[in-house]
Amino acid sequence: MKVLSEERTRLLFEKLTKYIGVNVKLLIDRPDGTYCFREKKDRVYYLSERLLHLAQTVKPDNLISAGTCFGKFTKTNKFRLHITALTYLAPYAPHKIWVKPSAEQQFLYGHHVNKSGLGRITENTPKHQGVVIYSMGDLPLGFGVAAKSTAECRHADPLATVAFHQADIGEYIRSEETLT
Amino acid sequence: MGRKAKFTDGTKVKKGPGRKARKQADPVFRKELLETDEGPKKMSHRQKQRAARRAKKKTELIEKKKALKQAKKGVLSAQKPETKDDTEKISESEDDSPKAFTDDNKEWLKPRKKLSKQVKNKSSSDGESDDEDMSGSDDGQKNKKTSSENYKVGTLDDLFDDSDKETDDELSAEDKDTSATPGTKMDYDSDSSQDEDNDKNDDDDLLPIEKANIILKKKQKLQSKLADEEMQLNIAKQDVFAFPTEEEMQNPTSLQDVHQRIKDVVAVLTDFSRLKEEGRSRCEYTDLLLKDLCIYYSYNEFFMEVLMQIFPVQELIEFLEASEVQRPVTLRTNSLKTRRRDLAQALINRGVNLDPVGKWSKVGLVVYSSTVPIGATPEYLAGHYIIQGASSFLPVMALAPQENERVLDMCAAPGGKASHIAAIMKNTGSLFANDANKERTKAIVGNFHRLGVVNSVICNYDGRQFPDVIKGFDRVLLDAPCTGTGVIAKDPSVKTTKDQKDIQRCFNLQRQLLLAAIDCCNAKSSTGGYIVYSTCSILPEENEWVVNYALKRRNVKLVPTGLDFGTEGFIKYRHHRFHPSLKLSRRFYPHAHNMDGFFVAKLKKFSNVIPEPMKDEDDELEENTETPKENGHVDIELESKGDVKQIATKISPEIKNDNHTKKRPALSQESAPSNKKKKPNQLINIKSGAKSTETKMENAETSTSGKNKKKRNKKKSKQRLQESQSDVKTVSGDLSSSNKISKDVNSLTEEKVSLSKVESKNSNALAKSELDKGKVITKRNKKKKNKNQHNDKQENQARTDIKKIKDNVAMDVSKKIKKKQKKKNKKQIGKLHNNKEKAKLQRKKHAA
Repeated sequence: MKVLSEERTRLLFEKLTKYIGVNVKLLIDRPDGTYCFREKKDRVYYLSERLLHLAQTVKPDNLISAGTCFGKFTKTNKFRLHITALTYLAPYAPHKIWVKPSAEQQFLYGHHVNKSGLGRITENTPKHQGVVIYSMGDLPLGFGVAAKSTAECRHADPLATVAFHQADIGEYIRSEETLT
Repeated sequence: MGRKAKFTDGTKVKKGPGRKARKQADPVFRKELLETDEGPKKMSHRQKQRAARRAKKKTELIEKKKALKQAKKGVLSAQKPETKDDTEKISESEDDSPKAFTDDNKEWLKPRKKLSKQVKNKSSSDGESDDEDMSGSDDGQKNKKTSSENYKVGTLDDLFDDSDKETDDELSAEDKDTSATPGTKMDYDSDSSQDEDNDKNDDDDLLPIEKANIILKKKQKLQSKLADEEMQLNIAKQDVFAFPTEEEMQNPTSLQDVHQRIKDVVAVLTDFSRLKEEGRSRCEYTDLLLKDLCIYYSYNEFFMEVLMQIFPVQELIEFLEASEVQRPVTLRTNSLKTRRRDLAQALINRGVNLDPVGKWSKVGLVVYSSTVPIGATPEYLAGHYIIQGASSFLPVMALAPQENERVLDMCAAPGGKASHIAAIMKNTGSLFANDANKERTKAIVGNFHRLGVVNSVICNYDGRQFPDVIKGFDRVLLDAPCTGTGVIAKDPSVKTTKDQKDIQRCFNLQRQLLLAAIDCCNAKSSTGGYIVYSTCSILPEENEWVVNYALKRRNVKLVPTGLDFGTEGFIKYRHHRFHPSLKLSRRFYPHAHNMDGFFVAKLKKFSNVIPEPMKDEDDELEENTETPKENGHVDIELESKGDVKQIATKISPEIKNDNHTKKRPALSQESAPSNKKKKPNQLINIKSGAKSTETKMENAETSTSGKNKKKRNKKKSKQRLQESQSDVKTVSGDLSSSNKISKDVNSLTEEKVSLSKVESKNSNALAKSELDKGKVITKRNKKKKNKNQHNDKQENQARTDIKKIKDNVAMDVSKKIKKKQKKKNKKQIGKLHNNKEKAKLQRKKHAA
């Protein structure tokens, strides 16, 4: 459990801002105590300071996880969000896409979202904006990147991709071994 | 190519009906159906001839018989009614043929003729009507039935005939057994003849239906009487279960037979004194039952025997049956993300048939059937629920964690119970989820993230080492690894694979884990200080015994689990007598509660002090049986890779150890607290000090030890006082080193005084001082051995200071006492669990 370097902190917050915008502040300034990001084996964990103190009693070799894993830094030093971050992304995301029940299952198997499967989309979503993907019953299913802006979506071909898949909750089953 | 020109100009004539215009063929009726309209079928000539011949033959036969009987009649007057009945019967079967009534039998048939004729007419008319209704309607059939019944009722004697015949048959079968039956038979016959007379008289007064009623009543009476007799007979002879012979035992025919035999034996065992076979003991029956159950349910004999010791026979069968069936799938709603009602609605919309699990849980749902895979719905992936057995709710409910507490789940994988704890705490406080298996911790990570548990630390330690990592938890849940004897339905391999060694291995691990769990808990917590111990096993060895062990070793007591159902834990099991408070623990069985077999016990820690194992008289027996196993087991575990040979060689030192441990209780009473630590050190001390005199000492030991023991017993109370004092010392030692030093010095001076005062006291006090000395000298070794005990660095420092002082005191100690000490040390070696130290000590002995 070590503090993130300046560079990595920047990368992390840049990434997070893509999805939740200015709400990143809310992750840091919380009414219920101070929370922080810590790094372990290139994985980034988000946890309260109180829990951090307790977790530091555990030897690094024996510590598996503490708090919530947000993602990892790749070998090329890019930050990649994991599906486990959805707990914190979903409530704060300003741009969302809802998929129809018929397309739900497809998305959960790791496919992109087609125009035909698009149920709703937040107004004014720009192109290449990070979006959280919901089912029509407001169940967060994952997140991705908008392939088209809201305006473009209206006139898109039914088979055209509206949102690129990045992570979905199906991974909890598909890749439990590599979740963190 | 091209099309033909239409020269005919539309006048083309169609050939045939066309491909698709196939006409339906005329219906074909069966011959019978067609002929019914024509009325009754006429017989052919030949048929008529044959029929006539048949009829003729019949009448001839009857007449022959009658003639024969007539001849007999004069001789056997008693049989008269019977023969008559026979003829009657035949005439009846003959239907309407009037030829049956000839002049020969006119005399005695006279009174009946009228009646029977009437009936016959009636029946024949019925028959006709039947024929008319024959088309197959239900009414017709009913009529037929009723008519036949009427017929029966109508012919008075026939009834008795029938019943007589029946009884005759039965009785004749029973004749062999009962000699009284012929008499009764005769009685019936005479009765019937009387009845006839009565009927004659009453013929005019009563309507036919009334007559029929009387007859019917009589018949019923008779039947009930017969039935009663038969019952009596049955009860008397009932179910003398024949014990199978050797051959039968060796060649079991079929599972059905075995099952039947199981039932029979169970019946015999439930009422043994009455149903047993002469000369058979209960043992034989239970052995037979054991073998049969093993065959039928495919268990190994050891495990079945264990089960038979736990359950009474009737319950055992229920348990085995219940263990064959899977328990219903249950879900636990994740209250962090959703409510049960919403989840139930969402799942019902997906085609899942479910219900709340019961009043005792607010988060459980039972799934009866599902059209979708229940472990892959979007709700599941979003973490709205987790699939978890109903029994797994119980330990967490018993633990009852509060918000903002620090909780530990020692064996957490795959995280079901731990996430339940987090849900109850509403993600506040902190939750440590530990598991010894690194692969399985991944499942915890997955489940926690899916279910949105954010206050958790997941770590991978051997639970036994956890007190070294972090202590001071408010609550600790220990769902110990076990043999899984409660979840046979889930994993049937348990039936055949478990043996005594597996059970031993399990309960030793469980004991160590439970002690570790208790050590992790903080007794001074304002809200908590609770430990919940649970297993999915039903064996008392893994449950009550383990808790009982912990009750002796730590300052804990049992408290009610807060679960309002489940059966009470055992207090007595075979030769074991557990602490009476174990009644507060709860057991759950598949047959009684429709959930996996489970055990839950809740402990409250009331002091952080780790007491030295105090031995009462009651404990001694148990300890003797207990400790060897334990030692043996630890060794085996350490040598998990070792060959059988190695284990075998190990067994011999263990046996020696056993002898030591048997003597241990008496010793431990005398010695001051933390004597475990001191002993090896003392040994070293003595040996270095007085190597030359050792041989003498040993000789002396044997003579003096007996005396000393007596003395010690007398002064038990005094010693205990001292012990308590020293207890206090150790505790205070943690707090401040200076205090400790002064106290120790005081105690030492006291001891000196006592030495000078009383001879008898000398031995004890000196022993004590010696012990203390030993303590001081070998702190390092102590630390290695007893991590549990709170030896702070400060204390050690303090002790080094004291050491010098004590050394001076020790100079005064006589050789005699040294000898005693040495003997003690020898005994105490047996107590040590560490192989290395054992070896060391033994080497030293040899050197000496």
